[in-house]
Amino acid sequence: MPIQLLLGDEALARGAIDAGLSAAYAYPGTPSTEITEYAIASPESQRGTIHCRWTANEKTALEAALGASYAGKRAMASMKHVGLNVAADPFVNAAIAGAHGGLIITVADDPSMHSSQNEQDSRLYTELALIPCIEPADQQEAYRAPAHAFALSERNRIPVMIRLTTRLAHSRATVAVGESREQNTLSLPPDPRRYILLPAIARGSYEDLVSRQPDLVRESEESPFNSFSDGADTSLGIVACGIAHNYVQEVYDGSCPHPIIKIGQYPVPASLVARLLECCPRIVVFEDGYPFLEGKLRGFPGRQTPEIIGRLSGHLPRTGELGPRVVGRALGIDGPKERSSSSTPVARPPALCPGCPHADTCRALTAAIASSGAGSARVFSDIGCYTLGALPPYEAIDTCVEMGSSITMARGAADAGLAPVLALIGDSTFTHSGMTGLLDCVNDDVNLTVVIVDNGTVAMTGGQRSAAESRLVAICAGLGVARDHIRVIEPLPGNHDANVAVLGTEIAHDGVSVVIAERECIQTARRKAPKNDPKGERG
Amino acid sequence: MTRNVILAGVGGQGLLSIAAVLGEAARHEGLFLKQSEVHGMAQRGGVVQSHVRFGDRPIHSDLIREGTAGLVLSLEPMETLRYLPFLSPAGVLVTASAPTRNIPDYPDLTAILNEIGAVPGARVIDAAGLAKEAGSARATNMVILGAGAPFLGMPEAALAVGIEAVFARKGTSVVETNLRAFHLGLEAGSAG
Repeated sequence: MPIQLLLGDEALARGAIDAGLSAAYAYPGTPSTEITEYAIASPESQRGTIHCRWTANEKTALEAALGASYAGKRAMASMKHVGLNVAADPFVNAAIAGAHGGLIITVADDPSMHSSQNEQDSRLYTELALIPCIEPADQQEAYRAPAHAFALSERNRIPVMIRLTTRLAHSRATVAVGESREQNTLSLPPDPRRYILLPAIARGSYEDLVSRQPDLVRESEESPFNSFSDGADTSLGIVACGIAHNYVQEVYDGSCPHPIIKIGQYPVPASLVARLLECCPRIVVFEDGYPFLEGKLRGFPGRQTPEIIGRLSGHLPRTGELGPRVVGRALGIDGPKERSSSSTPVARPPALCPGCPHADTCRALTAAIASSGAGSARVFSDIGCYTLGALPPYEAIDTCVEMGSSITMARGAADAGLAPVLALIGDSTFTHSGMTGLLDCVNDDVNLTVVIVDNGTVAMTGGQRSAAESRLVAICAGLGVARDHIRVIEPLPGNHDANVAVLGTEIAHDGVSVVIAERECIQTARRKAPKNDPKGERG
Repeated sequence: MTRNVILAGVGGQGLLSIAAVLGEAARHEGLFLKQSEVHGMAQRGGVVQSHVRFGDRPIHSDLIREGTAGLVLSLEPMETLRYLPFLSPAGVLVTASAPTRNIPDYPDLTAILNEIGAVPGARVIDAAGLAKEAGSARATNMVILGAGAPFLGMPEAALAVGIEAVFARKGTSVVETNLRAFHLGLEAGSAG
């Protein structure tokens, strides 16, 4: 079989395509972005034989995938962990409606919050929706996972989650790539009424979903993603989920002396776990993310036979990603003596690129607020490169909570009596989940100024297509913002004074104003014009 | 055996291209490889690192355990010092000499270079100067790869194949510039 060098994300995308994928939808988000980047760039997508698209947000992505599954096709929606919060409604309800063509929801979690605001564990969502989850341990398993998940999905008429974590998503390895399967033909579900979730129908569907849970446990017990390996030393039993298994193998150099269960498919394979609990007085659980399985094994506090150790017992840190050192220490196996760390290096936070349009907008915004004399002004912001405007030298924003929260939080603060109130949001975040909040503001004639920084792309994740597509004036006008309070500025140093004046006027306006700061992302602009960049020689 | 290499630098320096070259070289040699990268927010001028592991038997962990890296290859002097705990007792440090001062509180450079110099076998390379000599300041990353090559445990020819593979889509002159940079680095590293 041909060997390819693939990121975990890419291996998963290749695996999905080779498993007969017909449609892939996603909203970009680290560390999941490269799944759909790979799928879109694939020869199959470029030829038009599969349909791969960026969507407005994770909810629309999942719903589109559900529709493709309804039509009998194998489909996948991909997102980062917090994206699943946005898509939680279709996620839970798709489980009740069910899958026809294989339906995969791939979610990439970010333990240690390398590029995220939390480290929520998506495995918990699969319990909410009562669906299976595959958690590959390495890139080769990431390649194999979609074929297994599609078959599991079709066999059980249920959506399946594939859970990745940053470390696997963004680690490259040699992957043996196999033969590809044909796509499904177009077909309607045999029982189409189950997609009508009226209570009378949904009640039956939900009962059916609940009654099929033992089948899913059996699937897990027989899954190639779960295994029990014997070990002579039964003083300790090990449970290792996903990539945690690699760290255990690393620490023991491939020959673990203890019985070990490798978990790569949920619901928890009950019979394998029972076997381990019977033979070992002490069990250690290694899992990236929340103490999900450890909590199940511990049961009620005080019930300690066998003893369960892990993140909850304090043998492992409660937060942050695992690695060979913490796993080794928990197993009592010291590594080589380490050099002490140097106290010299200082923090080097990420920053807006030199020449970034957001930098000019932040400066103009701060100046406009200062000259309006409103020292009490608050700027509610959002998720994107411009969030870096919170750091020196800009210090131009006051909040960043989750996608779309700028306009809505600003509105609430204005309702509560704060003034002046501003929202700063990017073009793609605005179309992701800012538009509905603006509609609320228009309908209630809220006094706020919304600044949309339109760089024409989803910049933080590497420059994916923005759903706004330079139609922000029309979108805002369509939502009902008065046309003379939709202002467009070009954030350039030379326009600073003029931009400060526009922002000042709109801050002073009592009602909804939108200022669109429009200039292309310096990174995408540079990529489009490589010939003008004499230094553009790096890979 | 498994070789462990930490790549260190700042977002935008081309560190991931070094990782890509090592990946292609390992594949060319038929070796197993795992190479963990940083994507996303940190690429905007923040701290960027990569763990690269290759060898003749399967590799388990994507991450290198502290105390086991045979080589720390760095594009920036202060960043080099961040990874001392990873360096094995006999490990080698190879770093570019020029600082990236994109922060207001960058420490005293002389102190940094002295601290690096105190690590036995450390090599500080004027990578930017050699890259210019090779024809492009942007090839600094390939100078550093060349300087580290004697300590990588990867045949020089395989690294050259890797460079060709990674830069091929940018045209032959770019490939040649990067190969020149690699060889200038190799000379400097060997002389060090």
